[in-house]
Amino acid sequence: MNNDVLVSVDQVSRFYGPLRAVDSVSFEVRRGEVLGFLGPNGAGKTTTMQMITGNLAPSAGQIKIHGIDILDEPKRAKAEIGFLPEQPPLYRELTVDEYLSYCARLNRVPAAKLASALDNAKQRCGLTQVSHRLIGNLSKGYQQRVGIAQAIIHSPAVVILDEPTVGLDPIQIREIRALIRELGGTHSVILSTHILPEVQATCDRVQIINKGSLVMSDTIAGLTQRMLGSGLLVALRKTVELSDLQSVPGVLSVAALGENRYRLHCAENQNPAEALVEKSVQQSWGLYELTPERMSLEEVFVNITRNEAPAATPTEAAA
Amino acid sequence: MNSILTIAARELRSLFLSPLAWSILAVVQLVMAWFFLGLLDRFVMALPQLAQMENPPGVTEIVVAQLLDTAGIVLLLIAPMLTMRLLSEELRNQTLPLLFSAPVSMTEIILGKYLGILGFFMLILLLIALMPLSLYAGTSLDTGMLLSGFIGLGLLLASIAAIGLFMSSLTAQPTVAAISTFGVLLLLWILDTFTTTGGDTSGGVLAYLSILRHYQPLLSGTFKSVDIVYYLLFIGTFIVLSIRRLDSYRLQH
Repeated sequence: MNNDVLVSVDQVSRFYGPLRAVDSVSFEVRRGEVLGFLGPNGAGKTTTMQMITGNLAPSAGQIKIHGIDILDEPKRAKAEIGFLPEQPPLYRELTVDEYLSYCARLNRVPAAKLASALDNAKQRCGLTQVSHRLIGNLSKGYQQRVGIAQAIIHSPAVVILDEPTVGLDPIQIREIRALIRELGGTHSVILSTHILPEVQATCDRVQIINKGSLVMSDTIAGLTQRMLGSGLLVALRKTVELSDLQSVPGVLSVAALGENRYRLHCAENQNPAEALVEKSVQQSWGLYELTPERMSLEEVFVNITRNEAPAATPTEAAA
Repeated sequence: MNSILTIAARELRSLFLSPLAWSILAVVQLVMAWFFLGLLDRFVMALPQLAQMENPPGVTEIVVAQLLDTAGIVLLLIAPMLTMRLLSEELRNQTLPLLFSAPVSMTEIILGKYLGILGFFMLILLLIALMPLSLYAGTSLDTGMLLSGFIGLGLLLASIAAIGLFMSSLTAQPTVAAISTFGVLLLLWILDTFTTTGGDTSGGVLAYLSILRHYQPLLSGTFKSVDIVYYLLFIGTFIVLSIRRLDSYRLQH
């Protein structure tokens, strides 16, 4: 896997009249990377994606696809992009085959490769059985798949999917996620969503946008790190003095939760769990529950989008 | 060029997948055939009188010119139904992003759409043309006049298509596009009617703009380049306006 930058967004802003929908956003996506684009409703996700795909002109800033400026050479840049908008752009009166071959021709797939491109896209999106059906008669899930097939038919370098799993049933969601992961192998994928587990399941990197500006950009590993709280939940058979618990090395403070349950707040990078277990055995406290406190992705998300300050640290949030 | 043809082919295909196109073809054909037979009947009845005239008008002048004249007006009324969905429907169904994110320029999108609808209009023209052409079986026609008439109707239809395309780019409601196209065409038509019935030719500027005024000379076999240029300018203007309009969706919302 080589690491060339396929999408580069540099200081891009977009105004709708006086409203600043996107405010100098900059980021890059490399080959083989799946980037999750998170944000509350109206944060500017869709606007950003529309700008990357050339559906909207940015008010300021520069967007390059595979090194090609989308405003200077729109045709060459757009040839590298596959886009599934929020509302799949489907012609209901066409059959799946007719529609996909139209999309392939629009995207300049050579006539000789048309049939194989069609087969490949249909197979990847599980559409082979519905080839000859009218798009208007398909269920929402299948229509969504046709939308994705349309985006990958010319095997573009960059695939941009705006909320691809909306309206799908759980099994379809799993299939689509697997497909996105698979796409990430050969293409770059930008995926917008407000479904948080989806990001954990499919993405390599996460960006959170709020009120038009990027407030967080991190790898999934980094995000997991953020989610790791600094608390321990402890339940004991015996009632103990708070000061006894406090004396365990690494514990900063102790809060009693009632019924012999305690929350230990620990110093960063210091896990007192081992010491605690040892002490519990020595003094027969009857330790029967020990849980590291974790923030959910939701909490991280809420913290980040609520605080204006970029990237509130999870330790502060947990305290 | 390829993308233009791809878009045009899709446009035509979608037209024929709806009953609208078929019913319009059928209705136009029925009405025009009825009219054609009526004209022919009248011509045959008037033959004895015509024979006494020194320089009698031929069948081309009486039947064909009249037929094409009526065809122009009938199509003026019907064409907005066909052009209304060109871009309005894409706007309403939000399918434009497909074209916008494909490697095609705005000009190619508009030209593709225009070519698609023009293809359909030319089919109507062909079906109408078959009627006077059938007269060749029994008599001889003034070929020059016939051709000039067909070119006239073709240009008229091409102008209607251009204006319909532009109106359709303005709104996401096909019916609004149809009504406004109809309104503009009607206006361009009655511009002529009032200034000519007034008998005063000094109000010529408005009358000059009338879309049918440039049609009449072509029907009577007077092939003036000024009329051709009028139609070409008309078509060009509305195509450029449509391209600008489409581009504005990308620039500002």
